[in-house]
Amino acid sequence: MFAVRLHGRGGQGIVTTAELLALAAFEQSAYAQAFPTFGSERTGAPVAAFCRLDSAPIRSHEPITVPDALIVADPTLFAQVNVLAGLRPDGYLVVNAAGAPAAIADLSGTPARVCLVPAAEIGRRHVGRPVPGTALLGAFAALTGQVTLAALATAIRERFPARLAQGNIDAAEEAYELTRSVAARQVITHA
Amino acid sequence: MLKQIEGSRAVAETVAACRPQVIPAYPISPQTHIVEALAAMVAAGELQPARFVTAESEFGAMSLAIGASAAGSRTYTATASQGLLFMVEALYNASGLGLPIVMTVANRAIGAPINIWNDHSDAMSQRDSGWVQLYARDNQHAADLHVLAYRLAEQCSVPVMACMDGFVLTHAVERVDVPTVDQVDGYLPRYVPRQVLDPEQPYSIGAMVGPEAFTEVRYLAQESLAAALSQLPPLATELERVLGREVPGVLAPYRLDGADTVMVALGSTLGTLADTVDAMRAEGRSVGALGLVAYRPFPLEHVRGALAGARRVIVLERAFSPGAGGPVTADLRPAVRAGVPVHTALAGLGGRPVTSTTLRRVLELALAGELPELSFADLDHDLVDRHLAHVAAGGPAGPTAEGVLRHLNERATTTVAPAPDGAGAGR
Repeated sequence: MFAVRLHGRGGQGIVTTAELLALAAFEQSAYAQAFPTFGSERTGAPVAAFCRLDSAPIRSHEPITVPDALIVADPTLFAQVNVLAGLRPDGYLVVNAAGAPAAIADLSGTPARVCLVPAAEIGRRHVGRPVPGTALLGAFAALTGQVTLAALATAIRERFPARLAQGNIDAAEEAYELTRSVAARQVITHA
Repeated sequence: MLKQIEGSRAVAETVAACRPQVIPAYPISPQTHIVEALAAMVAAGELQPARFVTAESEFGAMSLAIGASAAGSRTYTATASQGLLFMVEALYNASGLGLPIVMTVANRAIGAPINIWNDHSDAMSQRDSGWVQLYARDNQHAADLHVLAYRLAEQCSVPVMACMDGFVLTHAVERVDVPTVDQVDGYLPRYVPRQVLDPEQPYSIGAMVGPEAFTEVRYLAQESLAAALSQLPPLATELERVLGREVPGVLAPYRLDGADTVMVALGSTLGTLADTVDAMRAEGRSVGALGLVAYRPFPLEHVRGALAGARRVIVLERAFSPGAGGPVTADLRPAVRAGVPVHTALAGLGGRPVTSTTLRRVLELALAGELPELSFADLDHDLVDRHLAHVAAGGPAGPTAEGVLRHLNERATTTVAPAPDGAGAGR
């Protein structure tokens, strides 16, 4: 079982991002379960979504409190929500860090496997809007190896209309390559 | 067809495969995605012949369903929470008229206080409405139960509620092998209504029945639901053959062999409970789980058999009857051998997650002989005590909801909130 918690703000597409991750896992014949936190969703308000990935059927329907990985779509959430709550010591952290890493709360003591990726900026370039989701998933794929880039692309094509799919696939690819690059590793070391 | 799909969408596609002819509906969370999807299918001509009717209310939706069903159409609708309550009068008419309507209830709490989250208090408030109620443990089960529901409803002339946990299942994207039209066609015969309102041969239904025969009508309603209960196992078995997978129709037992302590539950909690049972079994603890799929008709004899080896029974209730206790416990008690303690543990009310930690805590208290007869799992005693102290001190009166929220805010600004403790004292 690999458990992922996603944090973002209403309107950033966090619920869809969790769903895409589950779809990508499904494309790889894995079992997956994606679900949002439930409430009266408002644009800009903190939202969370969850995704479980496993090689065996998933029976649990409880929220994820001890995630193996966190995907954070807005670094300002660190000041508002206990984003890191429950993250495993050997866990992964993917953050949409558009600005300076200093904008993020102190990440010392958090896992070494941190990836800061300008996901909203990548989304803006490829999709035309600062949507961070698919770029974050590209970085997640590179960092964790839980899903392949090909499976992500298939999931994106299935979930989005054609005119949106290619831009999102390009965004995922760019973030994937960036995360695998030396520059990203330096950021990881820095964090 | 195997898909990674939202629960609501899986149910909508399954219902479409059952080819309902009339779908009257009124939107309410967390059910809305289901009827939205069906409305889109009807509008796109993917579901033919079918008529989607946007009702002006849930009362209208159920009344339309009654009319459509009485006129000989296979009929479907869905609702939740206050929406179900708003259609109550019509619910009793649907069952009283013996109309095989199938309705999804995306289980959600009832206000006040207003709460959009999941528990079972909506459907369980309608346990006496004469409808069959089946509870899904996951989205695969939810989809499959709708096929079973139509067959049972039409074979026995009873309306059926297929209950699935709101949000937890309706909004979860999981792997579901969605029943295909071919599979459904191999199981669900073309609908031949037992009664049809026909302008060519006019007659009336919905007669007034006085004291001379009302009791007999009720007696026959009991016979009708007893017949439905006897049909459930063979119909579920037949569906299992068609779909090639397990479709629990009455009970879903899990590791009852050698289980001294058995927790009974309904709905999506069962998966988390199965994981918890596995973990505790691995530690040598003698625990098991019994899932209740059929709540109405209540499968008393099946439960009696399943609990024959139990030395202690805990009913995990997700609905509450204030002043009495848990509705499932009351039904289940006669199925338990004399001398075997039966506990009611309230959990997961108004959307509080039922976690493996919660379930383990309740089970461990029971194993230690410390679980009260009635308890509220994860009860925030501090919050309750603050409110009781406020009331005792003659504080300003008002609705409990506002008072509790005020205490919650006061505590958040003054202290660190204490973690909820165990299953709680018996209050």
